[in-house]
Amino acid sequence: MSMPKPDSQQVMLSARALEMRFGDKLIHQHLDLDVQRGEILAIVGGSGSGKTTLLREMALLQQPTAGSLEILGQQVDALNAAQLMRVRRHIGVLFQNGALFGGQNVLANVGVPLREHTGLSDALIDEIASLKLALVGLSARDGQLFPNQLSGGMRKRAALARAIALDPEILFLDEPTSGLDPLSAGAFDELVLHLQRALDSTIVLVTHDIDTLWRVADRVVLLGEGRLIAQGSMAELARSNEPAVVRFFQGPRGRAAQVSA
Amino acid sequence: MAASSQQSSERAAAQLQGECLRCSGHWTVRHLQPIEKQLSQLQWPGGPLRIDLSAVQRLDTGGAWVLHRLTESLQSSGRAVTLQGLSEKARGLLQLVRETGLQPGPLPQPRPPGMIEELGRGSVDSLQAGVGMVSFIGEMGAAWLGQVMHPRRIRWRALADALVEAGHRALGIVGLLSFLLGIVIAYQGGVQLQQYGASLFVADLVGLSMVRELAPMITAIIVAGRTGSAYTAQIGTMQVTEEIDALRSLGIAPMDMLVLPKLLALIVALPLLTVFADIMGVLGGMLMSSVQLEIAFSTFVERLGVAISVDSFLVGIGKAPVFAAIIASIGCYQGFQVSGSAESVGRRTTVSVVQSILAVIVVDAAFSIAFSRLGI
Repeated sequence: MSMPKPDSQQVMLSARALEMRFGDKLIHQHLDLDVQRGEILAIVGGSGSGKTTLLREMALLQQPTAGSLEILGQQVDALNAAQLMRVRRHIGVLFQNGALFGGQNVLANVGVPLREHTGLSDALIDEIASLKLALVGLSARDGQLFPNQLSGGMRKRAALARAIALDPEILFLDEPTSGLDPLSAGAFDELVLHLQRALDSTIVLVTHDIDTLWRVADRVVLLGEGRLIAQGSMAELARSNEPAVVRFFQGPRGRAAQVSA
Repeated sequence: MAASSQQSSERAAAQLQGECLRCSGHWTVRHLQPIEKQLSQLQWPGGPLRIDLSAVQRLDTGGAWVLHRLTESLQSSGRAVTLQGLSEKARGLLQLVRETGLQPGPLPQPRPPGMIEELGRGSVDSLQAGVGMVSFIGEMGAAWLGQVMHPRRIRWRALADALVEAGHRALGIVGLLSFLLGIVIAYQGGVQLQQYGASLFVADLVGLSMVRELAPMITAIIVAGRTGSAYTAQIGTMQVTEEIDALRSLGIAPMDMLVLPKLLALIVALPLLTVFADIMGVLGGMLMSSVQLEIAFSTFVERLGVAISVDSFLVGIGKAPVFAAIIASIGCYQGFQVSGSAESVGRRTTVSVVQSILAVIVVDAAFSIAFSRLGI
């Protein structure tokens, strides 16, 4: 199996009638969603609305209870374990707390996928890993640090460098700015935008941060009540009259972000 | 066939024709492996060089880096290099890579420590570990005294939970292993004693060896592997997830909440488990003696009464609380030594079990010498 020619396709990921239950608890159902090549799609919703679960389903980390998922032109249901692993190499995930391997320094962390999947020499792998670190704004000296020596912002950057190590077709970011101070969060937003433009990647992110939505997202999907409530650009959603959308975006914090944007 | 031809067109390649390097295929990090080798083996012409990228289907940051590194190294040896056939996207990527200002070449490696430095560091580390252990035992003792003075501060609930976990749940494995040990001793010893017509003394053999030495030891070793490791892993994981700090910030001393209940529970549970192991071991020996040497249960028990003095029994049981204190303090101390990572939890758990078992055996040997000097 080889990867499809991604240049010839525009829809990177498409979910149809996706349903997820944990025991009796319904997370979402009848969920249809397409992710277009080159866009930055943000998933928002209240706590417990299943944002992260949806992200994990799309990143092939969790299997939906029902429905179909097509990613990079592959029907996920039809894939066996080995094929799934191969598709995963084209997906990068930034976990909320970084999930860096604590036993290795940052440079080695970024090198893990390269060592595993490319067969390049150690010297070249270290160079490419340092390049990724430079792209996310970390120095060679930072690369020698261990994850528990990093600040929150640096940890996110290091984790992002690992997520983009193989230049993934799709990048999933789980709460990229959570736990960062406003300045670092803003800088991280700029970094995501810069990388998306430079690498021409497709990004799906889950966030609570309204500033991120205004600054970064091309399209926003609002989840709630077990379904997809609304989608559109941030400006469109801000103008929407639908009560659920208004409740979510027109709170005092939402308005403040709108004014500053 | 289609798949293989697609594979070959995807493979990144570079061919040197005169003074033009023709690149083709997917210059992406997944397909770069052959290129790295090829480029290092090429004989570069002396004059200016053109690199033609028009046949490159895809380029990512990895490919851009290799290209950047190549042009840098050629230019530094005084050749003029021109790039041709770059797509808009490839130009952007190359620009991006160049902007990072990263220089090709080996990274600054931390200097490997010399022998003397390593020796020094090792000594200081061991010394610190020793001092840390001693001060931990001191803290533990102080906290314990505090609880003895104010019994209301004892956390009975935690103590009861720890007792169930360390004592009751260990009955099965301790019983089974000592029963089997009793069988083995009776079998091996019985064969020898039978040759001298002293079969009956198998009761002395099984009884004394189990009650004085083997039951306390095997119980302590099982408990070190089972409970000591669990203590280290639990406290270590709590350390990683900042739960220990959370306890402190809530005004709860981790020593009171986590360590003392475990210590006390083990000091109570281990002697009881040892008595249970005594009984099961003797039962195993009795069963084997009756099967192999045809010694009736009643005869065996009668002989046992003569062979085992109260002193021997107490000597065995008396060692158990000491072993318990060793296992609990090493287990908890190693848990607090965990720093940062999951790997550290694993390493500390191993250290905890190894040190506990080693300490138990060494202390047991010391007891043997002391008792024989005292003539018990």
